[in-house]
Amino acid sequence: MEFRLPDEHEALRIEIRAMIDEYVDDEVIEESHRTGTNHCAPLARALGDAGILAKAMPGAGKDPLAMWLLSSEAEKAGAPFDSVGMSLVIAGVLDAVGTDHQKQTTQAGLLSGEELVCFGLTEPQGGSDLPAITTKATRDEETGEWVISGAKMWTTMAHVSDWVFLLARTEGGGSRHGGFTVFILPMDSPGITIDPIWTVSTERSNATFYDDVRAGDDAVVGVVNEGWAVMSLMLGFERGMASTGYLTPLLRRFHRWAVESGEIGDPLHRERMAQVAIDAQVSELLTQRTVWTAATGRAPGTEGSMAKVFASEAYQRHARWAQAAAGPEGLLGLGADGAAAGGWIDYDVRHSIPMTLQGGTTEINRNNIAERHLGLPRSR
Amino acid sequence: MALDFAPSDDQDAIAEVFGAFFANECPVEVVRGAEPLGYAPELWAKLRGMDVPSMAAAEAAGGGGATLSDRVVVAEAIGAAAAPVPLIEHWVASSLHPDAAVLAGDLIATVALHPARADTWRLVPGGAIADVVVGVDGDELVAVRSAPPMVAPQNHAAAPLSDRSTREGDRVVLGPATLLEPALDQWRTLTASALVGLADRAMTIGVDYVLEREQFGRLVGSFQSIQHGLADLPPLIDGARFLSHKAAWAHDEGLIDGAGVIDMDDGNITEFAPLAAMALVQASEAATVSTDRCLHYHGGYGFSLEYDIQLYFRRARGWAGILGDPARERLRIADLLWVQP
Repeated sequence: MEFRLPDEHEALRIEIRAMIDEYVDDEVIEESHRTGTNHCAPLARALGDAGILAKAMPGAGKDPLAMWLLSSEAEKAGAPFDSVGMSLVIAGVLDAVGTDHQKQTTQAGLLSGEELVCFGLTEPQGGSDLPAITTKATRDEETGEWVISGAKMWTTMAHVSDWVFLLARTEGGGSRHGGFTVFILPMDSPGITIDPIWTVSTERSNATFYDDVRAGDDAVVGVVNEGWAVMSLMLGFERGMASTGYLTPLLRRFHRWAVESGEIGDPLHRERMAQVAIDAQVSELLTQRTVWTAATGRAPGTEGSMAKVFASEAYQRHARWAQAAAGPEGLLGLGADGAAAGGWIDYDVRHSIPMTLQGGTTEINRNNIAERHLGLPRSR
Repeated sequence: MALDFAPSDDQDAIAEVFGAFFANECPVEVVRGAEPLGYAPELWAKLRGMDVPSMAAAEAAGGGGATLSDRVVVAEAIGAAAAPVPLIEHWVASSLHPDAAVLAGDLIATVALHPARADTWRLVPGGAIADVVVGVDGDELVAVRSAPPMVAPQNHAAAPLSDRSTREGDRVVLGPATLLEPALDQWRTLTASALVGLADRAMTIGVDYVLEREQFGRLVGSFQSIQHGLADLPPLIDGARFLSHKAAWAHDEGLIDGAGVIDMDDGNITEFAPLAAMALVQASEAATVSTDRCLHYHGGYGFSLEYDIQLYFRRARGWAGILGDPARERLRIADLLWVQP
C-alpha cells in the first residue's frame, strides 16, 4: 500500500487550495450561512475557467482522485461548495448518457461554473423508497410534448439553479424499476414553482412543484422508461461525492475554543480530541480507498457505503461531544457574543444532522454492506 | 506509484504463504491445546525452520530484511489464527538486542512494555516463556537472560504473561532508556495488525454462524437488526487495517522523529509515532466491537467454551489491554499531535 498523492494530484491540490484562499474569506463563508445558499459564484467560475471542474467530473475513465481532492479541500476550508458538487454529479451523468445537445448546453454550463443544477428526486411521501415516487410525465398526443406534474422535496439550490434533474414516472405499473424517465429541465420552464424549506442548520432547501410543465424529447436523459439505469449511475456518483471530511474543521474549531478558553490542557478534552483525530484518519482512509477503487476502474459500491456510514456517524458523535465539552458557550450560535469558536461548534452539531440522511441513509448503506459485502440475505 | 490500497506483490506473497501456514499448522485445536499457558512450542519450532524469527533483522546481520510493511501482513495472519507464539514481541526485542541466538529463534526474546519497578517488570507479554527480556530499568535499556517460569497467572486471553526480574540472570546494558519508545511504536503497529486479523476472523465466524442458525423459522442472519450490527464491522476493521499499513508505510519511508508531517489544521498526518498509536487504538476498538457483537449473535452458545468465538473475544481484550488503558494511549496521542500547554 502507498499513501502519498501522485505528484500531479499534489500539484492540483495546491492549485485548488490557492483558489479557495483567493475567493473564499470569512465574509463569503458568513454570507453563505446567512442566506442558506452554499455557493460561491467566483470560486465556481474560477474552477470552471481553470478546467478543474471538467477534470473532477465523475465517470468511467475519469479522475476520481481529482474529484475527491476538490471536495475534500473545500470541506477542510469550510468553503461553500455544495452547489458545485451537485453540478459535477450531473455533468458526469450527462457525459455518460447525455445527448450531444445536452452536453453542449447543460453540461457545458455546469462545467463552466456559471450554471447550477438541483436534484428533483425525493417526494413528500418518501425518499429512500425512490421507486415509489408519483411525479408523472405523460405525452400530449397532439404536440408530442411531455407534460410533467408532481412535487419534489429537498431540491436544494433550486432557487439559484438553471436546471433541474428530475425523475418522473412515464408508465404506470410494470416492474418496480421500470417505467421511469429522467428529464433535465430549465428551471424557468413555465409551471415550476419553488417554496423554501428552512432547516435546523443554516442550509436553505426547497420544495418544488411541477404543474403541467412542458418538455420536449430533447429534455430526456438516457432512454424513456429506462430512467432507473440513469438513476443508478447518478446515485453512485452522488455517493462518491459524499462528504466525509468534516472532522478536520470540527477539530480545528474545538482546538480554537480550547486554546481561547484556556482549557486546552484538560485531559478530558485532550483524550477526546485524539479520538476525533483517529476517526478523521479512518474517515479519510476509507474515502481514499473508495476513490482508489473507482480510479482502478471498478465501481465502488460497498466501499462508499462504509466510508459514509463511518464518517457521518463519527461527525455527529464528535460534534455533539464538542458542544457538551464547550459548556454553555457551546450552545451559542454563529454570530452570538461569546459563542464557543464563534458559534461554529453549535453549527457543526446542526450541520451534521443530515449527513446520515442525504445521499443514502445510514440504514440503506448498512443494508448495502450487509447484503453485498457480508453476503447476508436480503431483508426487505 | 502513489495512493494504492492494493497489497504490494511482496505483501500478497506473504499473505498467501502465512495464511496457508497458519491454516495448516495452527488450526483452532492448536490454539485450544496451548491454553492455559498460551504457547505452542511446536508451532514456534516450525516458524524457526522457516527463519521467521529473524525475518525482521537486516540481511547483513543474518536476517531476512523484511520491512515493517511486510511484517504487518504476517501479524494479521497471526491474529486471524489466534496463533500462540510470541513472534511480535520477539521481533521487537531482537531489533533492540540482535544477539545471534535470539535472531535464530533458539532463544525467545520479549519486550517489557513498561519500566521496571522494584527490580521487576510486571506482566511481561511472553514473559512466561521467553529466555530473554528486553526492557527499561531506571535510565537504561537492558536485556536480561534468565530461565522462564513456563507458567502464567490465569488471565483473560490465556496469554503467556509473567513478572520478570531485572536483576536475576545475565544482564546486558543496551543503551539509554529512550531507545525503547521507537521500538514500542513497531510493537503498536504489529499488535494493531494482529488485532485486525483477529477482528476480521471473528467477523467471519459471526457471519458464518448467523447464516446457519435459525430462529422463528428463519436464518438469524436474515434479521435486519443483526445485519446492521454486523454491517458496522467492516469499516471499523478496514479503517484499522489501513491505519496500521499507513503507520508501517511511514516507518519504512523514514517518516520518523519529525521527518513526517503533523498538520492538524489540514488533517494531514504522515509521522510514524502518532500513526502507530492511532492504529493500535483503532484496532483495539475494532477487535472489541467485532468480538462483542459476534459472540452476542451466537446467543447462549457464545458463552460456552465449546464455540470458537470466545477464544477471539478473550484475546481481543487481552492483546489490546496489555499496554494499558486505551484512554491513556489517546492522551499520549494528543501530546504527539498538539503541544502540551
